[in-house]
Amino acid sequence: MSESKTPLLDDLEQGPWPSFVTEMKRAAEKNESAKDLLHQLERSYEDRIGYWKHGGIVGVRGYGGGVIGRYSELGDEFPAVSEFHTFRVNQPSGWFYTTDKLRQLCDVWDKHGSGLTNLHGATGDIILLGAPTDALQPCFDDLAEIGFDLGGSGSDMRTPSCCVGPGRCEYACFDTLELLYNITMEFQNELHRPMFPYKSKIKISGCPNDCVAAIPRSDISVIGTWRDKIQVNPEGVAYHAENGVDIQAEVVDLCPTECMAWDANKKELKIEDAECNRCMHCINILPRGLRPGKERGATILVGGKAPIVHGALLSWVIVPFMKMEEPFDEFKELVENIWEWWDENGKMRERLGELINRLGMREFLKAVNLPPAPQMIKEPRANPYYFWDPEEVK
Amino acid sequence: MATKTDFGPPYFKDMLPPVIEKNYGKWLYHDRVKPGLLKHVAESGDEIYTVRVGSGRLVSTDWIRDVCEIADKFCGGHLRFTSRHNVEFLVSDEAQVEPLIAYLKEHSYPVGGTGHSITNPVHTQGWIHCHTPATDASGIVKAVMDDLFEYFEDWKLPAYCRVALACCLNMCGAVHCSDIAILGIHRKPPVVNHDTVRAKCEIPNVIASCPTGAIRPDPKNKTVKVIDEKCMYCGNCYTMCPGMPLNDPVGDGLSIWVGGKISSARTPPKFSRLVIPFLPNTPPRWPETVSAVRNIVEVWAKHARKHERMGEWIDRIGWERFFDLAEIPFEVQLIDDFTLAPETFRSTPTFKW
Repeated sequence: MSESKTPLLDDLEQGPWPSFVTEMKRAAEKNESAKDLLHQLERSYEDRIGYWKHGGIVGVRGYGGGVIGRYSELGDEFPAVSEFHTFRVNQPSGWFYTTDKLRQLCDVWDKHGSGLTNLHGATGDIILLGAPTDALQPCFDDLAEIGFDLGGSGSDMRTPSCCVGPGRCEYACFDTLELLYNITMEFQNELHRPMFPYKSKIKISGCPNDCVAAIPRSDISVIGTWRDKIQVNPEGVAYHAENGVDIQAEVVDLCPTECMAWDANKKELKIEDAECNRCMHCINILPRGLRPGKERGATILVGGKAPIVHGALLSWVIVPFMKMEEPFDEFKELVENIWEWWDENGKMRERLGELINRLGMREFLKAVNLPPAPQMIKEPRANPYYFWDPEEVK
Repeated sequence: MATKTDFGPPYFKDMLPPVIEKNYGKWLYHDRVKPGLLKHVAESGDEIYTVRVGSGRLVSTDWIRDVCEIADKFCGGHLRFTSRHNVEFLVSDEAQVEPLIAYLKEHSYPVGGTGHSITNPVHTQGWIHCHTPATDASGIVKAVMDDLFEYFEDWKLPAYCRVALACCLNMCGAVHCSDIAILGIHRKPPVVNHDTVRAKCEIPNVIASCPTGAIRPDPKNKTVKVIDEKCMYCGNCYTMCPGMPLNDPVGDGLSIWVGGKISSARTPPKFSRLVIPFLPNTPPRWPETVSAVRNIVEVWAKHARKHERMGEWIDRIGWERFFDLAEIPFEVQLIDDFTLAPETFRSTPTFKW
């Protein structure tokens, strides 16, 4: 028996967690580029350094994004990965699939690419990992044939994503899946043809649990919320109390606004809804007993991003409450206004949050015509360095 | 033939199982039945069971066909994925739930990742396919999750704990708000390849890409200079310009950040904070990183109250107590010196010994 060429990676086939090395080897049985990828990775494990070069411009006809160019530095040694580009393929809302649809995708990818994928990339796309330059257009043509379009890359609207929403979650305060599909279709041009100062992300969560991490990473974050009272089902609350939940300790004492009281004898939970900030904690602990209210919509926040260039930001509230009903015109108009201001004022590779920081929230609110509200801030300013419009001082 | 463009993703409503189509938006409540199993009940009384399975994220088409076969057998040909790379098998016939779980266990699919667990770590490409990584991604996640597997499969923690990994400061995937974030970092300034800079880079963009102003023009030679003392190795210039590589086997490694959260439950979202500034790249199993992560998980699990996330626990006890309990040495790199540093300094003598 010949000695293994990948002793370091072989070690990662042991253990209970699913092994990506096993997956690479399965693909390598059928595909030369997957085999070369495995061997190049073993070299990285030996040398403790990556061997991928910067992407040149690659793509498919009619689009400026959706394909990431990738070339090996070790192309002489591993020729099958000398060109090894990535497709970002736009996922269906909520990552729901039929097995037929997924098999069609596998057939296309086995025909044109490495047979390796990420389900899914962090942005939300299906990632098809590794195809040579001359396979890109035929692969996209076949993807189009089975109804899969490309996602975003570069300075465009990145592929938006959303939580499972009303598909399978009683917390969803609006139809996250439909909103996602609607804006994806509305903004196809912005998704496929990079023309912004930098990337722009929209992420959509149906409640403040924020299962798609909208607030930490998206320029425009949509978070479901409600304006009326938490819906209480007393039998459901009692069920939890009788089945191991210490409602005083686990719910009432952990409520951040102290707006709840529990009468253990009567098994009665009282909520002073006007003081509730809708954080979801009590609803999370008592899913049979409590549900979001009936007057539902979303809070819109903007500016979230990871560190590059000037540090990470969490999104800031700019619209405390917006109804979220089809055809979502109010939201789409706001997005267009925000993009217009950013496009006009943003420097190259300046994200929306960084631009707001540089020019001021006051300028931003004026540009997108939103009224100031105390819900936007944690606390008012503590410095005396503020501006007046000369018109106001007469 | 004109290429078809701008037709968008498959419409999700064509992908939904019949029970979801019927009860769309009409779900009433859910039970967390046991680790890896959720039961949702609709206003109509219909039920759907979800069996959650961890995946390695990097999967072959063979694996996709395997899970499709399982979904055909037990779920009428429907499945979904989560935002953290898990597969969810959606079962509308209760009688199929236990046979499905038994089948999955028999075929080594990990069932878990719901409730107070450590679910699948969000992670990036690393050495497999990224051009700026300071480390691998899938390999470290595999090593960490092999070690923490008991916490994926079982409910032994005070709250859930989100672990995430990014292989460089770009932090693809919002790892910066995780209970425990593992982040690849560089420690050496870029080594400028002047010929490449001249041939391939737009110099004003390279200069503007630097958050600390460490890159200066060198107009005489049509290239740039790096002021090494001002560089904090973010790699942003390299993203803009292939003539600024900073990957280095000795310089590159990992850092550990803790206490972030995304959800607004109880307390607002917050960033993870740096607690270990450097651990070496030690493939294939990165033992220093694996044991550092386990230590932090166990210290938190031992001391936190029920439902208290990592960051909420640390806020209650104070960072000085965290370093004490976790027996992590406090290093100077943990003190911020970027733009908003003063917000992290203490202005009161009320602290713990």
